[in-house]
Amino acid sequence: MSGHDIAIIGAGMHPWGKWGRNFVEYGVVAAEAALADAGVAWSDIQFVSGADTMRNGYPGYVAGATFAQALGWNGAQVASSYAACASGVTALATARAQILAGFCDVALVVGADTTPKGFLAPNKGERGDDPDWLRFRLLGATNPTFFGLYARRRMELFGATRDDFARVKVKNARHGLANPYARYKKEVSVDDVLDAPIVSDPLGLLDICATSDGAAALVVSSLEYARSHGSADAVRVRGISTVTPSYPQTTIELPNFATDSAAGTVSKPRHGFKESIAVRAYEEAGLGPDDLDCAEVYDLSTAMELDWYEQIGLCAPGEAEKLLRDGTTTLGGRVPVNPSGGLACFGEAVPAQAIAQVCELTWQLRGGAGGRQVEGARVGLSINQGLFGHGSAVIVSR
Amino acid sequence: MSKTRVPAVENWFTTDESAPALLGTRGVESGSYFWPTAVAVSGNPDAPGEERLPVELSRTGTLWSWTTNHYAPPEPYVAPDPFLPYTVCAVELGREQMVVLGQLATGADPARLEVGMEMELVLGPLYEDDEHEYVVWQWAPLRSTP
Repeated sequence: MSGHDIAIIGAGMHPWGKWGRNFVEYGVVAAEAALADAGVAWSDIQFVSGADTMRNGYPGYVAGATFAQALGWNGAQVASSYAACASGVTALATARAQILAGFCDVALVVGADTTPKGFLAPNKGERGDDPDWLRFRLLGATNPTFFGLYARRRMELFGATRDDFARVKVKNARHGLANPYARYKKEVSVDDVLDAPIVSDPLGLLDICATSDGAAALVVSSLEYARSHGSADAVRVRGISTVTPSYPQTTIELPNFATDSAAGTVSKPRHGFKESIAVRAYEEAGLGPDDLDCAEVYDLSTAMELDWYEQIGLCAPGEAEKLLRDGTTTLGGRVPVNPSGGLACFGEAVPAQAIAQVCELTWQLRGGAGGRQVEGARVGLSINQGLFGHGSAVIVSR
Repeated sequence: MSKTRVPAVENWFTTDESAPALLGTRGVESGSYFWPTAVAVSGNPDAPGEERLPVELSRTGTLWSWTTNHYAPPEPYVAPDPFLPYTVCAVELGREQMVVLGQLATGADPARLEVGMEMELVLGPLYEDDEHEYVVWQWAPLRSTP
């Protein structure tokens, strides 16, 4: 449905790392890179859509305005979005709605974060009515706790092994070698992964993504604006999914203590939550899993990347390990997954990460991804999920 | 001198030491169950605004998955010093058709866990201060299981 398409005319990032500087600096670097890539002056941007961070005080809660001020007030309209890991795509969806409604022609979408060392932790204070605080207090249920639960479940259901999980890391580490924005650019072996200290068993340190500083930005516009600014062949956003789960949500999810109850009178949803995120994006785009040339999926853990293969329809449940082993999802295979190197090579910079996924797809579809190029890529999907029930997926094509 | 045992959180579970239960609710119209009620952010959309009556959830279920954490989590978890690894279990309740998290019972061996085994709700220590031992719900393998 091209009537709902917008153009991505600029993409830019600040390298991921542990730089320890103010997140605003990173965001400005990414924004200026995206503007330069688009050949659009900051003064011409009509709408700024910021993805928020909860870790950097008030400026992080109003990220759109924070970046606009740092770039120099230009009178643009502004919005700031928070949806945890899905914040970046929520910000993109907001910009798309402004463009498609005709309220603006060209918008800047930007997210950046500075993260502390170690586990992501809840906000400070005694907050006995906040499930995110309570899960740490009463259970010690860190984010990797949930990843460990899923990974063991995968081993039980499908016979996956720690060796399979390790091979995801080996693949992504190799992909990331050629990515100048990646934080970790080092090959790892299966043994490296297996020998790393266990965090939340069966997952070890190298199975679980780090937390990083980083920033990513996109300049998006109407198709008409792209045509009149020399970007007639720009990568297009074909579908965006920001769906919530459908009741009953029967998979235990961050930060909950329990799933919904499937007892009683319930209309069973057709899809689990993560499947439904992809389904919505495919429906909007009028495309399906067979159309994908590459995908950026949220590999918070190695095992979770395998779950995504099935949830985005690359294969049936239980077949992801085979897809990995036969090279289908490796660069050079039929549908490379995480050609950027994924979170395995980046670590997570929460509000920037979903935008960074779309930056990577944009470069892939332009044929500009250098040593990690997916040959002839025309269609790509990015997907992730924000805690508290935020879906996030984008389908782009050229 | 033994410390007073108090719940680490009020009204999430009964304090019957021999047979504790999670304190949930059940929708009068839908028949769906809800827990924990203090932070229940979910509702059955087929029965909006329905009355919910208090109910004790099933005390036993089957192990859906588990994981043992080998690094001390950040605050507000109160970790013992020196830190001890702990296991978090996800247990599926049959009648309620829901999966409930809880730490593995203090002293139980995670090496003996198997997905699908029968688990039972117990109370156990979460942390303590000078006067109190704070207890929380935990999942223990049913003794009959090998």
